[in-house]
Amino acid sequence: MSEDTQPILRVEGIVKHYGSRVAVDGVSFELWAGEVLAIVGESGSGKTTLLNAVAARARPDGGRVSFLTRHEGVVDVHAMSEAQRRLLARTDWGYVHQDAVQGLRMNVSAGANVGERLMALGERHYGRIRNEAASWLERVEMDVTRIDDTPATFSGGMRQRLQIARNLVTRPRLVFMDEPTSGLDVSVQAKLLDLLRSLTRGLSLAAIVVTHDLAVARLLAHRMVVMKDGRVVETGLTDQVLDDPQHPYTQLLVSSVLQP
Amino acid sequence: MNVSDLPAPVERDANFNFAYLDERTKRMIRRAILKAVSIPGYQVPFGSREMPLPYGWGTGGIQVTASIIGPSDVLKVIDQGADDTVNAVNIRRFFQRTTAVEVTTRTTDATIIQTRHRIPETPLAAGQVLVYQVPLPEPLQKLEPREVETRSMHGLAEYGLMHVKLYEDIARFGHIATTYDYPVMVDGRYLMAPSPIPKFDNPKMHMCPALQLFGAGREKRIYAVPPWTKVESLAFDDHPFEVQRWSQPCAMCGDTGSFLDEVITDDAGGRMFVCSDTDHCLARRTADE
Repeated sequence: MSEDTQPILRVEGIVKHYGSRVAVDGVSFELWAGEVLAIVGESGSGKTTLLNAVAARARPDGGRVSFLTRHEGVVDVHAMSEAQRRLLARTDWGYVHQDAVQGLRMNVSAGANVGERLMALGERHYGRIRNEAASWLERVEMDVTRIDDTPATFSGGMRQRLQIARNLVTRPRLVFMDEPTSGLDVSVQAKLLDLLRSLTRGLSLAAIVVTHDLAVARLLAHRMVVMKDGRVVETGLTDQVLDDPQHPYTQLLVSSVLQP
Repeated sequence: MNVSDLPAPVERDANFNFAYLDERTKRMIRRAILKAVSIPGYQVPFGSREMPLPYGWGTGGIQVTASIIGPSDVLKVIDQGADDTVNAVNIRRFFQRTTAVEVTTRTTDATIIQTRHRIPETPLAAGQVLVYQVPLPEPLQKLEPREVETRSMHGLAEYGLMHVKLYEDIARFGHIATTYDYPVMVDGRYLMAPSPIPKFDNPKMHMCPALQLFGAGREKRIYAVPPWTKVESLAFDDHPFEVQRWSQPCAMCGDTGSFLDEVITDDAGGRMFVCSDTDHCLARRTADE
Protein backbone atom coordinates (compact mmCIF):
# COMPACT_ATOMS: atom_id res chain seq x y z
CA MET A 1 0.00 0.00 0.00
CA SER A 2 1.21 3.44 -0.90
CA GLU A 3 -0.28 4.70 2.35
CA ASP A 4 2.52 2.95 4.17
CA THR A 5 5.12 5.26 2.71
CA GLN A 6 3.84 8.34 4.50
CA PRO A 7 2.07 8.99 7.80
CA ILE A 8 -1.73 9.40 7.79
CA LEU A 9 -1.45 12.40 10.11
CA ARG A 10 1.46 14.76 10.63
CA VAL A 11 1.32 17.32 13.43
CA GLU A 12 4.00 20.01 13.39
CA GLY A 13 4.68 22.53 16.14
CA ILE A 14 1.14 23.05 17.46
CA VAL A 15 0.92 26.10 19.73
CA LYS A 16 -2.20 27.18 21.57
CA HIS A 17 -2.55 30.06 24.02
CA TYR A 18 -5.40 30.94 26.31
CA GLY A 19 -4.72 34.60 26.82
CA SER A 20 -1.15 34.87 28.09
CA ARG A 21 -1.21 31.26 29.31
CA VAL A 22 0.41 28.74 26.99
CA ALA A 23 -1.67 25.56 26.88
CA VAL A 24 0.24 23.70 24.17
CA ASP A 25 3.77 24.71 23.30
CA GLY A 26 5.10 23.34 20.03
CA VAL A 27 3.95 19.73 19.93
CA SER A 28 4.84 17.58 16.91
CA PHE A 29 4.16 13.93 16.15
CA GLU A 30 3.25 11.61 13.33
CA LEU A 31 0.63 8.92 13.16
CA TRP A 32 0.66 6.02 10.73
CA ALA A 33 -2.28 4.15 9.31
CA GLY A 34 -3.59 1.59 11.78
CA GLU A 35 -1.54 2.97 14.64
CA VAL A 36 -2.92 3.85 18.06
CA LEU A 37 -1.20 6.72 19.84
CA ALA A 38 -1.89 7.58 23.45
CA ILE A 39 -1.40 11.08 24.79
CA VAL A 40 -0.96 10.89 28.55
CA GLY A 41 -0.33 13.49 31.20
CA GLU A 42 -1.93 14.95 34.27
CA SER A 43 -4.96 17.24 34.26
CA GLY A 44 -4.12 20.63 32.78
CA SER A 45 -1.13 19.39 30.82
CA GLY A 46 -2.77 20.39 27.53
CA LYS A 47 -3.85 16.95 26.29
CA THR A 48 -7.39 17.86 25.38
CA THR A 49 -6.40 21.23 23.97
CA LEU A 50 -3.91 19.46 21.73
CA LEU A 51 -6.52 16.93 20.65
CA ASN A 52 -9.01 19.67 19.79
CA ALA A 53 -6.40 21.50 17.74
CA VAL A 54 -5.41 18.34 15.89
CA ALA A 55 -9.02 17.31 15.28
CA ALA A 56 -9.72 20.83 13.90
CA ARG A 57 -12.29 21.50 16.58
CA ALA A 58 -10.30 24.58 17.62
CA ARG A 59 -7.87 26.69 15.64
CA PRO A 60 -4.31 26.55 17.02
CA ASP A 61 -2.21 29.72 17.29
CA GLY A 62 0.63 28.11 15.41
CA GLY A 63 1.65 24.89 13.69
CA ARG A 64 0.28 22.64 11.00
CA VAL A 65 -1.85 19.52 10.90
CA SER A 66 -1.63 17.54 7.65
CA PHE A 67 -3.90 14.60 6.93
CA LEU A 68 -3.49 12.03 4.18
CA THR A 69 -6.92 11.84 2.55
CA ARG A 70 -8.16 8.88 0.56
CA HIS A 71 -8.37 10.66 -2.75
CA GLU A 72 -6.78 14.10 -2.59
CA GLY A 73 -3.39 13.34 -1.09
CA VAL A 74 -2.07 15.31 1.88
CA VAL A 75 -4.18 18.29 2.98
CA ASP A 76 -3.55 21.00 5.55
CA VAL A 77 -6.52 20.53 7.87
CA HIS A 78 -6.67 24.11 9.10
CA ALA A 79 -6.38 25.56 5.60
CA MET A 80 -9.41 23.62 4.31
CA SER A 81 -12.73 25.33 3.80
CA GLU A 82 -15.25 24.80 6.57
CA ALA A 83 -17.39 22.66 4.28
CA GLN A 84 -14.50 20.32 3.47
CA ARG A 85 -13.45 20.15 7.10
CA ARG A 86 -16.93 19.24 8.26
CA LEU A 87 -17.17 16.62 5.54
CA LEU A 88 -13.86 15.15 6.61
CA ALA A 89 -14.96 15.18 10.25
CA ARG A 90 -18.01 13.07 9.49
CA THR A 91 -16.52 10.68 6.95
CA ASP A 92 -12.86 9.83 7.42
CA TRP A 93 -12.66 10.96 11.04
CA GLY A 94 -14.43 10.08 14.23
CA TYR A 95 -14.50 11.81 17.59
CA VAL A 96 -15.40 9.97 20.77
CA HIS A 97 -16.17 12.36 23.60
CA GLN A 98 -15.43 11.67 27.22
CA ASP A 99 -19.03 12.47 28.06
CA ALA A 100 -21.26 10.51 25.68
CA VAL A 101 -23.99 13.15 26.08
CA GLN A 102 -21.86 15.53 24.02
CA GLY A 103 -21.33 13.03 21.25
CA LEU A 104 -24.88 11.69 20.99
CA ARG A 105 -28.31 13.08 20.30
CA MET A 106 -29.99 12.10 23.52
CA ASN A 107 -33.56 12.56 22.33
CA VAL A 108 -33.44 10.41 19.20
CA SER A 109 -33.22 6.63 19.04
CA ALA A 110 -30.00 4.61 18.96
CA GLY A 111 -30.69 3.65 15.34
CA ALA A 112 -31.02 7.28 14.27
CA ASN A 113 -27.87 8.17 16.18
CA VAL A 114 -25.90 5.58 14.24
CA GLY A 115 -27.65 6.42 10.97
CA GLU A 116 -27.14 10.18 11.18
CA ARG A 117 -23.80 10.20 9.39
CA LEU A 118 -25.19 8.02 6.62
CA MET A 119 -28.14 10.37 6.16
CA ALA A 120 -25.76 13.34 6.19
CA LEU A 121 -23.89 11.69 3.33
CA GLY A 122 -27.09 11.40 1.32
CA GLU A 123 -28.37 7.91 2.12
CA ARG A 124 -32.13 8.09 1.59
CA HIS A 125 -33.21 4.48 2.01
CA TYR A 126 -34.73 3.80 5.42
CA GLY A 127 -34.30 0.02 5.26
CA ARG A 128 -30.61 0.21 4.42
CA ILE A 129 -29.92 2.79 7.12
CA ARG A 130 -31.68 0.63 9.68
CA ASN A 131 -29.83 -2.54 8.68
CA GLU A 132 -26.51 -0.77 8.80
CA ALA A 133 -27.35 0.68 12.23
CA ALA A 134 -28.37 -2.75 13.53
CA SER A 135 -25.19 -4.38 12.26
CA TRP A 136 -23.08 -1.71 13.95
CA LEU A 137 -24.92 -2.11 17.24
CA GLU A 138 -24.07 -5.78 16.99
CA ARG A 139 -20.43 -5.04 16.30
CA VAL A 140 -20.14 -2.90 19.42
CA GLU A 141 -21.80 -5.73 21.34
CA MET A 142 -25.05 -3.94 22.07
CA ASP A 143 -28.50 -5.48 22.30
CA VAL A 144 -30.03 -4.92 18.85
CA THR A 145 -33.56 -4.94 20.30
CA ARG A 146 -32.74 -1.56 21.85
CA ILE A 147 -32.31 0.09 18.45
CA ASP A 148 -35.44 2.21 18.97
CA ASP A 149 -34.62 3.29 22.51
CA THR A 150 -33.11 6.69 23.17
CA PRO A 151 -29.63 6.93 24.69
CA ALA A 152 -31.20 8.65 27.69
CA THR A 153 -32.35 5.18 28.79
CA PHE A 154 -28.87 3.64 28.36
CA SER A 155 -26.17 3.04 30.94
CA GLY A 156 -22.85 4.89 30.70
CA GLY A 157 -21.09 1.94 29.09
CA MET A 158 -23.82 1.48 26.50
CA ARG A 159 -23.80 5.17 25.65
CA GLN A 160 -20.07 4.97 25.06
CA ARG A 161 -20.53 1.93 22.81
CA LEU A 162 -23.26 3.72 20.90
CA GLN A 163 -21.02 6.72 20.45
CA ILE A 164 -18.32 4.47 19.01
CA ALA A 165 -20.80 2.81 16.61
CA ARG A 166 -22.07 6.22 15.52
CA ASN A 167 -18.52 7.25 14.64
CA LEU A 168 -17.46 4.07 12.92
CA VAL A 169 -20.47 3.70 10.63
CA THR A 170 -18.78 5.65 7.83
CA ARG A 171 -15.63 3.53 8.28
CA PRO A 172 -13.29 6.36 9.23
CA ARG A 173 -9.54 5.85 9.11
CA LEU A 174 -8.75 8.06 12.10
CA VAL A 175 -10.60 8.31 15.38
CA PHE A 176 -9.93 10.81 18.15
CA MET A 177 -10.85 9.68 21.64
CA ASP A 178 -10.91 11.97 24.63
CA GLU A 179 -10.80 9.87 27.80
CA PRO A 180 -13.13 7.24 26.32
CA THR A 181 -13.32 5.09 29.45
CA SER A 182 -13.16 7.52 32.35
CA GLY A 183 -16.31 7.76 34.38
CA LEU A 184 -17.14 4.09 33.82
CA ASP A 185 -16.74 1.42 36.45
CA VAL A 186 -13.80 -0.92 36.21
CA SER A 187 -15.47 -3.99 34.70
CA VAL A 188 -17.31 -1.90 32.08
CA GLN A 189 -14.01 -0.15 31.33
CA ALA A 190 -12.32 -3.46 30.75
CA LYS A 191 -15.02 -4.64 28.33
CA LEU A 192 -14.97 -1.34 26.47
CA LEU A 193 -11.18 -1.41 26.16
CA ASP A 194 -11.38 -4.94 24.86
CA LEU A 195 -13.90 -3.82 22.27
CA LEU A 196 -11.84 -0.79 21.26
CA ARG A 197 -8.78 -2.96 20.90
CA SER A 198 -10.50 -5.48 18.66
CA LEU A 199 -12.14 -2.73 16.59
CA THR A 200 -8.92 -0.79 16.01
CA ARG A 201 -7.13 -4.03 15.08
CA GLY A 202 -9.96 -5.39 12.96
CA LEU A 203 -10.55 -2.19 10.99
CA SER A 204 -6.87 -1.17 11.04
CA LEU A 205 -8.05 2.10 12.47
CA ALA A 206 -5.62 4.82 13.41
CA ALA A 207 -6.50 6.45 16.72
CA ILE A 208 -5.34 9.16 19.05
CA VAL A 209 -6.41 8.41 22.60
CA VAL A 210 -6.14 11.10 25.23
CA THR A 211 -6.05 9.58 28.69
CA HIS A 212 -4.73 10.10 32.16
CA ASP A 213 -5.02 6.37 32.81
CA LEU A 214 -1.77 4.58 32.05
CA ALA A 215 -3.57 1.22 32.00
CA VAL A 216 -5.68 2.42 29.07
CA ALA A 217 -2.54 3.47 27.24
CA ARG A 218 -0.88 0.14 27.99
CA LEU A 219 -3.84 -1.86 26.66
CA LEU A 220 -4.70 0.16 23.56
CA ALA A 221 -1.74 2.12 22.32
CA HIS A 222 1.23 1.15 20.24
CA ARG A 223 3.03 4.36 20.98
CA MET A 224 2.62 7.07 23.55
CA VAL A 225 3.39 10.72 24.09
CA VAL A 226 3.82 12.05 27.62
CA MET A 227 2.86 15.71 28.10
CA LYS A 228 3.62 18.11 30.90
CA ASP A 229 2.81 21.83 30.95
CA GLY A 230 1.98 21.86 27.26
CA ARG A 231 5.17 20.16 26.11
CA VAL A 232 6.04 16.63 25.13
CA VAL A 233 8.51 15.31 27.68
CA GLU A 234 8.82 11.76 26.44
CA THR A 235 7.68 9.70 23.50
CA GLY A 236 8.19 6.11 22.42
CA LEU A 237 6.70 2.63 22.26
CA THR A 238 4.14 2.16 25.02
CA ASP A 239 5.87 -0.72 26.74
CA GLN A 240 9.21 1.00 26.50
CA VAL A 241 7.94 4.23 28.05
CA LEU A 242 6.00 2.50 30.79
CA ASP A 243 8.64 -0.08 31.69
CA ASP A 244 11.68 2.11 31.35
CA PRO A 245 10.67 5.76 31.76
CA GLN A 246 13.52 8.16 31.14
CA HIS A 247 12.15 11.59 32.02
CA PRO A 248 11.72 12.32 35.74
CA TYR A 249 8.10 13.32 35.22
CA THR A 250 7.29 10.08 33.42
CA GLN A 251 9.03 8.18 36.20
CA LEU A 252 6.85 9.98 38.71
CA LEU A 253 3.73 9.28 36.65
CA VAL A 254 4.50 5.57 36.31
CA SER A 255 5.41 5.19 39.96
CA SER A 256 2.20 6.90 41.11
CA VAL A 257 0.03 4.13 39.68
CA LEU A 258 -1.20 1.78 42.38
CA GLN A 259 -0.21 -1.79 41.73
CA PRO A 260 -2.91 -4.06 43.09
CA MET B 1 -69.96 33.13 4.79
CA ASN B 2 -70.79 35.29 1.77
CA VAL B 3 -69.09 38.50 0.85
CA SER B 4 -72.36 40.22 1.70
CA ASP B 5 -72.13 38.83 5.21
CA LEU B 6 -68.89 40.66 5.85
CA PRO B 7 -69.20 43.59 8.21
CA ALA B 8 -69.73 46.90 6.47
CA PRO B 9 -66.50 48.55 5.30
CA VAL B 10 -64.86 50.35 8.13
CA GLU B 11 -63.81 53.96 7.64
CA ARG B 12 -60.06 54.30 7.60
CA ASP B 13 -58.93 55.72 10.90
CA ALA B 14 -56.99 58.86 10.02
CA ASN B 15 -54.97 58.61 13.22
CA PHE B 16 -53.02 55.71 11.80
CA ASN B 17 -50.49 55.69 9.00
CA PHE B 18 -51.68 53.72 5.97
CA ALA B 19 -51.43 50.01 6.91
CA TYR B 20 -50.40 50.93 10.46
CA LEU B 21 -46.61 50.71 10.02
CA ASP B 22 -44.60 53.85 9.37
CA GLU B 23 -43.07 54.23 5.93
CA ARG B 24 -39.50 53.53 7.01
CA THR B 25 -40.50 50.26 8.65
CA LYS B 26 -42.39 49.20 5.55
CA ARG B 27 -39.34 50.01 3.48
CA MET B 28 -37.12 47.94 5.75
CA ILE B 29 -39.51 45.00 5.54
CA ARG B 30 -39.80 45.34 1.75
CA ARG B 31 -36.01 45.13 1.52
CA ALA B 32 -36.06 41.94 3.57
CA ILE B 33 -38.81 40.59 1.30
CA LEU B 34 -36.79 41.41 -1.83
CA LYS B 35 -33.80 39.59 -0.42
CA ALA B 36 -35.98 36.64 0.57
CA VAL B 37 -37.45 36.44 -2.92
CA SER B 38 -33.99 36.51 -4.48
CA ILE B 39 -32.80 33.61 -2.30
CA PRO B 40 -35.76 31.22 -2.23
CA GLY B 41 -36.15 29.54 1.16
CA TYR B 42 -33.45 31.58 2.90
CA GLN B 43 -34.46 33.14 6.22
CA VAL B 44 -33.79 36.87 6.15
CA PRO B 45 -33.59 38.60 9.54
CA PHE B 46 -35.65 41.78 9.86
CA GLY B 47 -36.47 44.30 12.55
CA SER B 48 -39.79 42.94 13.70
CA ARG B 49 -41.99 45.62 15.30
CA GLU B 50 -44.37 45.51 18.19
CA MET B 51 -47.83 44.98 16.77
CA PRO B 52 -51.16 45.53 18.51
CA LEU B 53 -51.61 41.79 19.07
CA PRO B 54 -49.51 39.20 20.85
CA TYR B 55 -46.75 37.09 19.33
CA GLY B 56 -48.16 33.85 18.03
CA TRP B 57 -51.25 35.56 16.62
CA GLY B 58 -49.68 36.46 13.32
CA THR B 59 -47.45 39.46 13.97
CA GLY B 60 -45.02 38.35 11.26
CA GLY B 61 -47.75 37.83 8.68
CA ILE B 62 -49.37 41.17 9.52
CA GLN B 63 -46.11 43.04 9.09
CA VAL B 64 -45.49 41.43 5.70
CA THR B 65 -49.05 42.15 4.57
CA ALA B 66 -48.85 45.73 5.87
CA SER B 67 -45.71 46.44 3.89
CA ILE B 68 -46.99 45.06 0.58
CA ILE B 69 -50.63 46.14 0.68
CA GLY B 70 -51.83 49.11 -1.41
CA PRO B 71 -55.20 50.89 -1.63
CA SER B 72 -56.26 48.87 -4.69
CA ASP B 73 -55.57 45.45 -3.15
CA VAL B 74 -58.29 43.01 -2.22
CA LEU B 75 -57.56 41.18 1.01
CA LYS B 76 -58.62 37.75 2.22
CA VAL B 77 -57.61 36.45 5.63
CA ILE B 78 -57.98 32.83 6.66
CA ASP B 79 -57.25 30.91 9.81
CA GLN B 80 -57.26 27.10 9.52
CA GLY B 81 -58.91 27.57 6.13
CA ALA B 82 -61.86 29.51 7.51
CA ASP B 83 -62.68 33.18 6.96
CA ASP B 84 -64.82 33.51 10.06
CA THR B 85 -62.52 32.34 12.85
CA VAL B 86 -61.36 34.80 15.44
CA ASN B 87 -57.80 35.32 14.23
CA ALA B 88 -58.96 35.88 10.65
CA VAL B 89 -61.77 38.26 11.65
CA ASN B 90 -59.47 40.34 13.83
CA ILE B 91 -56.72 40.67 11.27
CA ARG B 92 -59.22 41.51 8.53
CA ARG B 93 -60.79 44.25 10.68
CA PHE B 94 -57.33 45.55 11.52
CA PHE B 95 -56.53 46.06 7.85
CA GLN B 96 -59.96 47.47 7.07
CA ARG B 97 -59.45 50.05 9.75
CA THR B 98 -55.88 50.97 8.82
CA THR B 99 -56.14 50.77 5.01
CA ALA B 100 -59.85 50.69 4.12
CA VAL B 101 -59.06 48.21 1.34
CA GLU B 102 -61.72 45.95 -0.07
CA VAL B 103 -61.94 42.61 1.69
CA THR B 104 -63.30 39.35 0.39
CA THR B 105 -63.72 35.73 1.30
CA ARG B 106 -63.41 34.54 -2.32
CA THR B 107 -59.98 33.11 -3.03
CA THR B 108 -60.24 34.01 -6.71
CA ASP B 109 -61.07 37.68 -5.99
CA ALA B 110 -58.23 38.31 -3.57
CA THR B 111 -54.87 39.82 -4.50
CA ILE B 112 -53.37 39.23 -1.05
CA ILE B 113 -54.31 36.24 1.10
CA GLN B 114 -52.95 36.14 4.62
CA THR B 115 -53.15 32.66 6.02
CA ARG B 116 -52.60 30.70 9.16
CA HIS B 117 -52.23 26.91 8.83
CA ARG B 118 -53.74 26.36 5.36
CA ILE B 119 -53.34 27.00 1.65
CA PRO B 120 -56.71 27.55 -0.07
CA GLU B 121 -58.08 24.62 -2.06
CA THR B 122 -58.71 26.81 -5.10
CA PRO B 123 -55.46 26.91 -7.06
CA LEU B 124 -53.77 30.27 -6.75
CA ALA B 125 -53.13 32.40 -9.82
CA ALA B 126 -50.23 34.49 -11.00
CA GLY B 127 -50.35 37.93 -9.43
CA GLN B 128 -51.73 36.74 -6.11
CA VAL B 129 -49.63 36.86 -2.95
CA LEU B 130 -50.01 34.32 -0.17
CA VAL B 131 -48.71 35.57 3.20
CA TYR B 132 -48.08 32.90 5.85
CA GLN B 133 -47.95 33.46 9.59
CA VAL B 134 -44.97 31.49 10.87
CA PRO B 135 -44.37 30.57 14.51
CA LEU B 136 -41.07 28.68 14.09
CA PRO B 137 -39.12 29.51 10.94
CA GLU B 138 -36.17 27.19 11.67
CA PRO B 139 -36.98 23.60 10.65
CA LEU B 140 -33.87 22.24 12.36
CA GLN B 141 -34.44 23.99 15.66
CA LYS B 142 -35.97 21.06 17.51
CA LEU B 143 -33.04 18.83 16.57
CA GLU B 144 -30.24 21.35 16.84
CA PRO B 145 -30.99 24.17 19.27
CA ARG B 146 -27.77 26.12 18.57
CA GLU B 147 -28.58 28.87 16.09
CA VAL B 148 -24.92 29.28 15.09
CA GLU B 149 -24.89 25.61 14.14
CA THR B 150 -28.17 25.66 12.20
CA ARG B 151 -27.00 28.70 10.28
CA SER B 152 -23.83 26.97 9.17
CA MET B 153 -25.89 23.90 8.29
CA HIS B 154 -27.98 26.09 5.99
CA GLY B 155 -24.87 27.75 4.65
CA LEU B 156 -23.27 24.41 3.78
CA ALA B 157 -26.55 22.71 2.80
CA GLU B 158 -25.96 19.99 5.40
CA TYR B 159 -29.45 18.67 5.86
CA GLY B 160 -28.90 15.07 6.92
CA LEU B 161 -30.25 15.95 10.35
CA MET B 162 -33.75 16.57 9.01
CA HIS B 163 -33.87 12.97 7.82
CA VAL B 164 -32.97 11.89 11.36
CA LYS B 165 -36.34 13.32 12.38
CA LEU B 166 -38.14 11.40 9.62
CA TYR B 167 -36.19 8.26 10.55
CA GLU B 168 -37.41 8.63 14.12
CA ASP B 169 -40.99 8.86 12.89
CA ILE B 170 -40.72 5.64 10.93
CA ALA B 171 -38.87 3.84 13.74
CA ARG B 172 -41.56 4.80 16.23
CA PHE B 173 -44.77 4.77 14.22
CA GLY B 174 -43.95 2.73 11.13
CA HIS B 175 -44.56 5.67 8.80
CA ILE B 176 -43.59 9.33 8.58
CA ALA B 177 -45.87 10.67 11.27
CA THR B 178 -45.10 14.36 10.75
CA THR B 179 -48.41 15.75 9.53
CA TYR B 180 -47.95 19.50 9.64
CA ASP B 181 -44.98 21.84 9.19
CA TYR B 182 -43.55 19.06 7.03
CA PRO B 183 -40.02 20.11 5.94
CA VAL B 184 -39.44 21.00 2.30
CA MET B 185 -36.45 21.74 0.08
CA VAL B 186 -36.89 24.95 -1.88
CA ASP B 187 -35.35 25.10 -5.35
CA GLY B 188 -33.04 22.22 -4.43
CA ARG B 189 -31.07 24.41 -2.05
CA TYR B 190 -32.62 25.61 1.20
CA LEU B 191 -34.46 23.53 3.74
CA MET B 192 -37.60 25.39 4.77
CA ALA B 193 -40.37 25.11 7.34
CA PRO B 194 -43.62 25.65 5.41
CA SER B 195 -45.27 26.98 8.63
CA PRO B 196 -47.79 24.69 10.31
CA ILE B 197 -49.82 23.91 7.21
CA PRO B 198 -50.90 20.26 6.93
CA LYS B 199 -48.62 18.21 4.70
CA PHE B 200 -51.73 17.86 2.54
CA ASP B 201 -50.97 21.39 1.33
CA ASN B 202 -47.26 20.84 0.63
CA PRO B 203 -47.76 19.82 -3.03
CA LYS B 204 -49.64 23.09 -3.62
CA MET B 205 -46.45 25.05 -2.92
CA HIS B 206 -44.60 23.32 -5.73
CA MET B 207 -44.50 25.40 -8.92
CA CYS B 208 -47.19 27.68 -7.54
CA PRO B 209 -47.90 30.66 -9.84
CA ALA B 210 -48.47 32.96 -6.84
CA LEU B 211 -45.79 34.58 -4.69
CA GLN B 212 -45.54 32.99 -1.23
CA LEU B 213 -44.18 35.12 1.62
CA PHE B 214 -43.53 33.89 5.16
CA GLY B 215 -43.30 36.18 8.17
CA ALA B 216 -42.19 35.14 11.65
CA GLY B 217 -42.69 38.08 14.02
CA ARG B 218 -41.29 36.72 17.25
CA GLU B 219 -38.34 35.01 15.56
CA LYS B 220 -37.80 38.07 13.33
CA ARG B 221 -37.39 36.20 10.04
CA ILE B 222 -38.89 36.61 6.59
CA TYR B 223 -38.56 34.04 3.83
CA ALA B 224 -40.19 33.47 0.48
CA VAL B 225 -40.99 31.08 -2.30
CA PRO B 226 -41.11 33.02 -5.59
CA PRO B 227 -43.64 32.00 -8.27
CA TRP B 228 -42.83 28.85 -10.22
CA THR B 229 -40.27 27.52 -7.75
CA LYS B 230 -39.62 23.86 -7.06
CA VAL B 231 -40.72 22.86 -3.57
CA GLU B 232 -39.99 19.28 -2.68
CA SER B 233 -41.13 17.49 0.48
CA LEU B 234 -38.41 15.39 2.10
CA ALA B 235 -38.83 11.61 2.21
CA PHE B 236 -37.03 8.29 2.09
CA ASP B 237 -36.78 6.20 -1.08
CA ASP B 238 -38.65 3.35 0.60
CA HIS B 239 -41.03 5.64 2.50
CA PRO B 240 -42.16 8.24 -0.03
CA PHE B 241 -44.01 11.44 0.82
CA GLU B 242 -47.76 10.94 1.13
CA VAL B 243 -50.63 13.29 1.97
CA GLN B 244 -53.54 12.63 4.29
CA ARG B 245 -56.65 10.90 2.90
CA TRP B 246 -60.14 10.57 4.33
CA SER B 247 -62.47 7.63 4.09
CA GLN B 248 -65.50 9.86 3.54
CA PRO B 249 -66.35 13.00 1.55
CA CYS B 250 -67.16 16.40 3.03
CA ALA B 251 -70.52 16.15 4.81
CA MET B 252 -71.65 19.50 3.43
CA CYS B 253 -70.38 19.73 -0.13
CA GLY B 254 -69.43 16.12 -0.87
CA ASP B 255 -65.91 16.93 -2.00
CA THR B 256 -63.55 13.95 -1.81
CA GLY B 257 -60.34 15.79 -2.61
CA SER B 258 -60.16 18.58 -0.03
CA PHE B 259 -58.71 18.78 3.46
CA LEU B 260 -61.38 17.82 5.99
CA ASP B 261 -61.86 18.92 9.60
CA GLU B 262 -63.50 16.61 12.09
CA VAL B 263 -66.37 18.43 13.79
CA ILE B 264 -67.96 17.02 16.92
CA THR B 265 -71.70 17.50 16.72
CA ASP B 266 -73.05 16.25 20.05
CA ASP B 267 -72.04 14.69 23.35
CA ALA B 268 -72.80 11.17 22.16
CA GLY B 269 -69.81 10.71 19.90
CA GLY B 270 -71.52 12.17 16.84
CA ARG B 271 -69.12 13.73 14.39
CA MET B 272 -68.87 14.81 10.81
CA PHE B 273 -66.12 15.70 8.41
CA VAL B 274 -66.33 19.03 6.62
CA CYS B 275 -64.00 21.01 4.35
CA SER B 276 -61.60 23.15 6.33
CA ASP B 277 -61.60 25.69 3.47
CA THR B 278 -64.96 27.42 4.05
CA ASP B 279 -64.83 29.42 0.82
CA HIS B 280 -64.19 26.28 -1.23
CA CYS B 281 -67.04 24.43 0.47
CA LEU B 282 -69.48 27.30 0.03
CA ALA B 283 -68.55 27.78 -3.61
CA ARG B 284 -69.24 24.11 -4.30
CA ARG B 285 -72.58 24.21 -2.51
CA THR B 286 -73.78 27.36 -4.25
CA ALA B 287 -72.69 26.01 -7.63
CA ASP B 288 -74.83 22.93 -7.05
CA GLU B 289 -77.98 24.92 -6.41
